[in-house]
Parts: sequence; structure tokens; C-alpha cells
Amino acid sequence: MSKGNGVRHLKGFKKYYGQKILWYLITLFFAIVLNFVLPRLMPGDPVAGIAAGAVSGMTDTTAIQKVYNDYAEKFGVNEPMIVQFGIWAKNALRGDFGVSFGQYPRTVADIIASSIGWTLALQLPAIIVGWILGNLLGAVAAYIKGAFDKVILPVFLFVSNFPAFGMAIILLTVFGINLKWFPTSGGYGFDLIPNMSWEFVRSVISHYQLPFWSIVLITIGGQAIGMRSMSIYELNADYVKYSRFLGIKDSKIVGYVFRNAMLPQITGLAMSLGTMMGGALVAEIIFSYPGIGSTLMAAVRGQDYPLISACTLIITVMVLLANLFVELIYGVIDPRVKAAQQD
Amino acid sequence: MKNTLRQVFHSPKFVIGFVIFAALLLTTIIYPLVVAADPLEMVGNGNFFKPGTYVSVKDSVEGTHYTLNIDVKSGSLDSKISAEDKESMKEWLTKFGGVAEADINLEDVEGLIGLWEANYSESADQPGLTASRKKYFARLNKNIDGILADSDLILARENPDTGELEESATIGSNEFVNTKDVANRRTFILGTDNFGRDVLTELVDATKTSLRVGLIAGVVATIVGLFLGLISGYVGGVVDDLIMFITNLFTVIPSFVLLILISYSVGQNARGVNLVAIIIGLTSWTWTTRSVRSQVISLRNRDHVNLSKLSGHSMMRIVLTDILPYLASYVVMAFILQISSGILAEAQLSMLGLGPSTSTTATLGLMMNWATLYAAPLNGSWWAYFPVVITIALIAFSLNLMNTGLDQVFNPQLRD
Repeated sequence: MSKGNGVRHLKGFKKYYGQKILWYLITLFFAIVLNFVLPRLMPGDPVAGIAAGAVSGMTDTTAIQKVYNDYAEKFGVNEPMIVQFGIWAKNALRGDFGVSFGQYPRTVADIIASSIGWTLALQLPAIIVGWILGNLLGAVAAYIKGAFDKVILPVFLFVSNFPAFGMAIILLTVFGINLKWFPTSGGYGFDLIPNMSWEFVRSVISHYQLPFWSIVLITIGGQAIGMRSMSIYELNADYVKYSRFLGIKDSKIVGYVFRNAMLPQITGLAMSLGTMMGGALVAEIIFSYPGIGSTLMAAVRGQDYPLISACTLIITVMVLLANLFVELIYGVIDPRVKAAQQD
Repeated sequence: MKNTLRQVFHSPKFVIGFVIFAALLLTTIIYPLVVAADPLEMVGNGNFFKPGTYVSVKDSVEGTHYTLNIDVKSGSLDSKISAEDKESMKEWLTKFGGVAEADINLEDVEGLIGLWEANYSESADQPGLTASRKKYFARLNKNIDGILADSDLILARENPDTGELEESATIGSNEFVNTKDVANRRTFILGTDNFGRDVLTELVDATKTSLRVGLIAGVVATIVGLFLGLISGYVGGVVDDLIMFITNLFTVIPSFVLLILISYSVGQNARGVNLVAIIIGLTSWTWTTRSVRSQVISLRNRDHVNLSKLSGHSMMRIVLTDILPYLASYVVMAFILQISSGILAEAQLSMLGLGPSTSTTATLGLMMNWATLYAAPLNGSWWAYFPVVITIALIAFSLNLMNTGLDQVFNPQLRD
């Protein structure tokens, strides 16, 4: 590659990345707008009814006054919509979502901060491991065919149709309650205080197993099926026949095939990340795992509007970041994107 | 058309999926005709009754009794002494009774009881046992004595005049009742749920409602998706850019989040089944829009479309007669997937407590929601949630199989 080509290449990458990041920033903006506007457009506007509704469960009058004042100030309830949005967005970007109604006097930011780590540590590895294992199995099934394919495909087809919470509850029943191999709820033993002791870490790890594997199993199923059909499609492509004709080694052809079959799988991952994370969040509830999913459910039960709003926003940001990351990786892997950058 | 259908029904995957789906659908139609009970009737007074047939105690006591020469002792011993109790008995016997572990067989209840009767003594020296544990063993011993004593039960009635109890019958342990003689009985094949509702009847009703949710969500999503995709692909230009911008936005912003926001804002009371279904449909059309648009773009410059344009046909007519028929298979496939994802979305919303308001309807998601709220897994009430999970999985499985089957028929390259 000549030097000039290399410079242009780098430029192309910069442009590609710049465009992607810009696009995601725009999306983030619209997501924030939706997060603000949707509840306020609805007939049962939770924000308007807040003064009466939110504090109805509280008996402590000073607390009620405190929450209401805090709320009125934070959300500018009496200002016009656009000003309200300005105040809200400014606060949201600083991570200030006000005080929780349900868990007063904790702030929403504090609650989110204590649960987001659990969700990230659970979902990120689980989805990645599930994706890798699923693609491997799918590719192997397409290549080997025969009995392996005949057995494994229907199994995965069936498994992948379980909702994440369904798989979670089955694993919980079998391994948690009947076999008693793993604890059934929480992120660590209820008798422990989070610290860096060996005992605590061990407790966290054993509590991690069931939620982790339920997400992995679901992901494997879906990915294996997609990868299998992509691989079959690629194995029948003309370039494979041509390569065989040229006498190129089988292992090398398989390498080409799987690399090509992999690309749509990466796009597929980007497209389905939101759904996958949503499912995994609900699965958290089954195990009372102390992540965003359980927090969200508690917020819904407690009619805790600021907490719900913050949860949905943080989920959106996580999904957007994960998507952006996948797309950026895609730019590096796919030769066609690279070629397009060099035009 | 006929030919296509024949082809579709030759695909084994489609046929299997279709049969499962049709079976589920038929069950939801036929079952209510056979069992007329209200699915939401709270029959059981208490939560999570085990599956089985419940017969009226009074009826069985008062009905005809038959004496059967069957050994009833080991049966009742078995049912009255739990596995945990047996373990504890073994532990006591080996520690304090001086019995070798090899002599104890937990399967042989009578043998175990024999050893227990021979060796247990409340006053024995039991070093290392807490007081409560000692009391537990004493209670267990008393319990076993009671079972062994096997005295007859005496039935008594209160005399309304004197207020005294008068013996009316005695029941020996070998007296039996033929369950067919008992007039008042009820079979709960899948037990009852936390409200005491018959799970099977409720499940059938919930399946019906969930299928309806999926269907409405699918129809809404398909209509919106088809409409936007057709316009975007056929008109092109600024309209296309705008629609694709919105579509891309809603592809990346998770529909799960939008669902939560809208469902929460609508409020608990307004959330009916249909509304939830429509909301789900309105957040899941992007997939259809994308595939319809790309198909339309590849179609719009075909000869037959150009011919129609030259003939001066209206846009409406071109779209309906020259483009739509080519899209039918894609739209049907997307529709099938949307039904399945709609059912799943309802279930997930309900798990979060944002499903349809609960008192008037049962959906699969609401059943899951209540089962988890009342900790059904922890108290071993598998019947309250396991059938629900299987039903959701079966619906999704059958729809996905149909979709895969169709895919193979319409994309020959995928055939293996």
C-alpha cells in the first residue's frame, strides 16, 4: 500500500467514525426528547399529577414538602414546556434526576449508581459469551451437518424461543431450588456487607451463575440459528466453488466463509441488542438481582416517576453505546466498509 | 397462489409450526366450550393448591364406605413423615442411638420406624443438640406414636337441643371411599394460583388473550411498517430520507424503553388489553419498514412497473397491483414474527407491572407476574408458572418455525 493510500485510508476511517458518532449523538438527543415528552403527552401525565399522587403514600409532612419543593424546582413544573425541557435536560446530563419518591431520601442518581454496575457486569459478559458460543455452534452445525446439525438445531430453535425470564425461572427451579447448587435470589448473600473479602467475592460469584447462564443460553440459541443459515448460504456461494476448483485448502475456505457469515451476525447483534438487553433486564427480576431491571420494577410498583425516567434513560444510553461500539468494530472488520471509506 | 400454498405446506418446518399453533388456537376455542367455569373465579380459598382431584371431606365421610384389606400403615407413614424428618431420624439414630449407618435404609420406612421405636428416648443424653432441636425430636416421636397407635376416628355431631356431642360413626383405617361416589369433587389439573383460580382454565383464557395481543400488535406494526416502507421506497427523495431517519432512530432507541414510558404514562386504569397491544404494535414496526422499503426500491424500476406508469395508472393502483403482490411473502413473514414478539413484549411489560390492568383479564404475562410476586418458585408451586413459560415458548416456537419454513420456500438458497 502506498503512503498516499494510507493517509486517505486513515481519513476515510475518521470520516466513517465521525459520521457514526454524530449520528448516535443525534439519536441520543431524540431519545432524551422522547424520554421527556412521551410521559407529558399522555392523558395520565405523571408529572402533572405529581403533587397529589407521588406523595400520597408518604405520611411525614416535612418529607412531602421537601419532595414537592425539590420536584417543583428540578422540573420547573410551572414553566412552559420548552423551559421545562431545558431544566430537565440540563439536570439529566449532569446525572441529577432528583429525589426518589419510593426510596426517599435517597437520590435517584444514587440508586442508579448502585445498580448499574450489577447490570453491566451481568449483561455484557453474558451477551458476549452467548454470542461467541452461539456463532461457533452455528458454524460448526453448518459445516459438519449430519447428526450434530439434526439434533442441535431443533434444540436451539426451541431454547431460543424461551423468553429470558422463562429460562431464568426454569434454571432457578432446577438448579436453585431442586438441586440447591446455587442461591436463588439477590446479588450476594443477604447476611454479607459488600467488601473485598474472599467470602463476599465467592458469594457474588455463586449468585452470578444462574442469571448469567440463563442469558447465555437464550443468546446462544438465537445466534446459532442465524449463524447456521448464514454459513449454509455462504458455503453455497460461487466463490467457495471457485476456490475449491482452484484447489485452495479447505481450512482456508472455511476461514473465508465464516468471516463472511460473521458480518451479518454482527449487524444482527447491533439490531437486536435493545431487545436482548430488555429481556435480560426482566430476567433480573426473577432472581431479585440488584440491577437496573429490579430497580425498574420497584420503581413501577412504587409509582416512582423520577426513578423510572432515569432508568429508561440509562437503558437507552447503554443500548446506544453498545450499538455504537458494535458499529465501530464492524467498520474495522468489514472490507467493504473499508473500501467505501477509500472512495 | 394455489401453487405457493402447496409449496408452503410441503415445508416440514412450516407444517410442524402450523400444527402446534393451530392446536394452541383450537384449544383456546374448544376448551371454554367444554369447561364453562369463569377463568377468573377464585375457587380456592388460599394460594397455590397442588394439582389433583379435590373431594369433599364431608361427602366422603358420610358416603358408602368399603373395607379393603390393604396395608395402609406404610402408606400413611410415608405421607406423614417427610424426607427431611427421615434424614433427621437417621442423624439422631447414628449419633445418639448407637445404630450403625449401614443398618439404616431410608427407603424402608417401617424398618426405620422400628429402629426409632427401639432406640429413641427423649431423656437420652444428647450432647451438642440445641434445646429446640431436642424438642423437635420429641415432637417427631410423638407424631410417630400417633400414627402407629392407629386408633379409629370417632365422628360426632352436636345435638342442637342439649349442645352435647353425640357419636355418630367411627372410621377405621381400612375404610375406603370410591371417589365416584363423592358428589362434590373438582379436579385441578394444574392446581390453583395465588388467588385460588384454576390455573388450567386461566391459562387457556390467558393464552387466548395473549394471542389477541400478539395479533393486534402484529396488525398495527404491519400496517404502519408497510405504509411507511411503501411510501419511503416508492416516492424516494426527501420523504424517503425523512422516513428512514425516523426508522433508524426507532431501530436504535430500544422499543422496550418506549413501551415502558408510554405504558407507565397511560396509567394503570386506562391500560386495557387492546391498548397495550396497540402500544406494542406502535413500537415495533421498524423491521417491516426496512425490508419493505428495500424490496420496493428494487421493484420500482422493473419493466412491468414502468409499463404501468407509462399507461398512466395512478400511484395507488401501481403500488397495489404491481408492487404489493411481490412483497406479500416478506410482509407475511414479518407479521408472523411480530405476533410472537408482541406476545413476548406483553409478557415482559406485565413482569414489570406495566401490563394490562389485572382484575378483569388474564394474560400469560400477568400470570407470570403474579406467580413471581407471590414467590411461586420459592414455595415449590411449579404449576403456577411452568405451564405459562412453556406456553409462551410453544407459541413463539411455532411461529418461528412457520417463519423459517416460509423463508426456505421463498429464499431457495437457504434450503438445505
